[in-house]
Amino acid sequence: MKKFIALFALLAVLCGSSAPAFAEDAAPAAAVATTEAASAAEVEAPVAAPVPNKGDTSFMLTVTVLVIMMSIPGLALFYGGLVRSKNMLSILMQVFSIFALITVLWAIYGYSLAFTTGNAFIGGFDRLFLNGIFDPVSGAVANGATFSKGVYIPEFAFVAFQATFAAITVALVVGAFAERMKFGAVMLFSALWFTFAYLPIAHMVWFWAGPDAYTDADAAAAATATAGWLFQKGALDFAGGTVVHINAAIAGLVGAFLIGKRVGYGKEAMAPHNLVMTMIGASLLWVGWFGFNAGSALEAGGTATLAFANTLIATAAAVLTWMGAEWLLKGKPSLLGAASGAVAGLVAITPACGWVGIGGGLVIGALAGVVCFWGVTGLKKLLGADDALDVFGIHGIGGILGALLTGVFNGFAMGGTGIIDYVNNTIVTTEMGPQVWIQAQAVLTTLVWSGVVAFVCYKIVDLTIGLRVAEDAEREGLDTTSHGEKAYNL
Amino acid sequence: MKMVTAIIKPFKLDEVREALSAIGVQGITVTEVKGFGRQKGHTELYRGAEYVVDFLPKIKLEAAIKADQLDSVIEAIEKSAQTGKIGDGKIFVADLEQVIRIRTGETGPEAL
Repeated sequence: MKKFIALFALLAVLCGSSAPAFAEDAAPAAAVATTEAASAAEVEAPVAAPVPNKGDTSFMLTVTVLVIMMSIPGLALFYGGLVRSKNMLSILMQVFSIFALITVLWAIYGYSLAFTTGNAFIGGFDRLFLNGIFDPVSGAVANGATFSKGVYIPEFAFVAFQATFAAITVALVVGAFAERMKFGAVMLFSALWFTFAYLPIAHMVWFWAGPDAYTDADAAAAATATAGWLFQKGALDFAGGTVVHINAAIAGLVGAFLIGKRVGYGKEAMAPHNLVMTMIGASLLWVGWFGFNAGSALEAGGTATLAFANTLIATAAAVLTWMGAEWLLKGKPSLLGAASGAVAGLVAITPACGWVGIGGGLVIGALAGVVCFWGVTGLKKLLGADDALDVFGIHGIGGILGALLTGVFNGFAMGGTGIIDYVNNTIVTTEMGPQVWIQAQAVLTTLVWSGVVAFVCYKIVDLTIGLRVAEDAEREGLDTTSHGEKAYNL
Repeated sequence: MKMVTAIIKPFKLDEVREALSAIGVQGITVTEVKGFGRQKGHTELYRGAEYVVDFLPKIKLEAAIKADQLDSVIEAIEKSAQTGKIGDGKIFVADLEQVIRIRTGETGPEAL
């Protein structure tokens, strides 16, 4: 009951704090509304609303299902295999329940706050409870914008696709504090952090008015002014290097520091209980990631296939480089190393996959394998936190590497795609130096915002229901003590 | 009567069982055990974390036999369990005071 009260209180605070923001933006928002209305009238008067291409719609529904598969069971099994057998169900349960919780919150207020016009940091309440997408009178579903003018997908497809992103991001965090956090604390933290870190970052990086608004220079300036803060700066994040991976990783790392090390960490053996599960999980992640990355193109076209190819090739490169580094430095190439390399490569190519060429993708993947290997060995020792399943070492380091290298390899000179100039309807290159600096700002913003919000959220949870289970319960395992069941009754 | 306990390498179990059957041993009891001797354990490495595994899986085999079978039993186990490499195991011999067959109530060598 306390949790519900806390949730409602937070919602109330959120409403209160965004009210002034509405007031500030009232004038431009009204202006945009009128221009939108005018252009909508122009379009609607002679012709009916544009009908989304059935291929694009099927594509979006398919990729959404792929992202669900990479979360449950993919991520759950990847993580589950890495914990001790007494905590197997707890990690599966956390990933599964977070997926459900975030999906519900997404429908209630998440989508609206992330993907409607508000200010540069958070959206508004126009789509609360997904209001206004489905018109029961006409039976019509509203159109959502893509990255091409005149190409639309039904907005529900975008809502569902993005819901899976939010859900997997929050689920990623649990790897850092695995095997020791109260289940109630995991749930409350997830709701809080989703609301105050995921939604603003998603809005800052991804929200914009859509390509149709960019008719001339003035209209483009007006449209850009309504976009998210990092979008306005020109940060490139194709499928979520900052929004998903860096965001989740820093929240996890802060959690690992605040909650403390597992009982017996560094003294007792904490070997993964089933690397077969981890391999199945990593493979499901790889397959599902095609939905994640190619789907982020929002239509079934050339860009989607570029993202698809990069997701295939960069990941394979990362498997080989992690394996090679481990073989060279530790003596043996391990399956866990190969599986971790795949995830590292997937993470690093995520922000870049639709913005760089195959050569750039290969370099990003190859570097990710080596750098993330350092992330879970050298860096982990330096940090000294018990980030149980290496969320920061892989998702944080891979995400930062990918985000920065997106700036390096996006320009024409490096074989990249450049970016679209929607006013002149041409493709223009980006300059490496300035673009890397923009990317770095996006990385830093995410690290600071998510890190600070996570810190406050953990503290709130600690003061209300407590973060950590009792030591006895931790020794016995969370499966029996938190959930009253065992993974293996053999 | 003697109780012979042997610690052997797991993959040698079938050969040892066959050798013992061949010389007329009527039954053995086998347990999967872990332990350490002069053979070193191994190191497992998961991402950076290193775990030294000291206890190696072995098979413990127990056979209750007549005293006059002892030499042939020891020879059979020695021959069939040997690889010549470290970790082949050991054989322990102890006197056995009494044996009772539960089904019939027979005692002593009759019950073996």
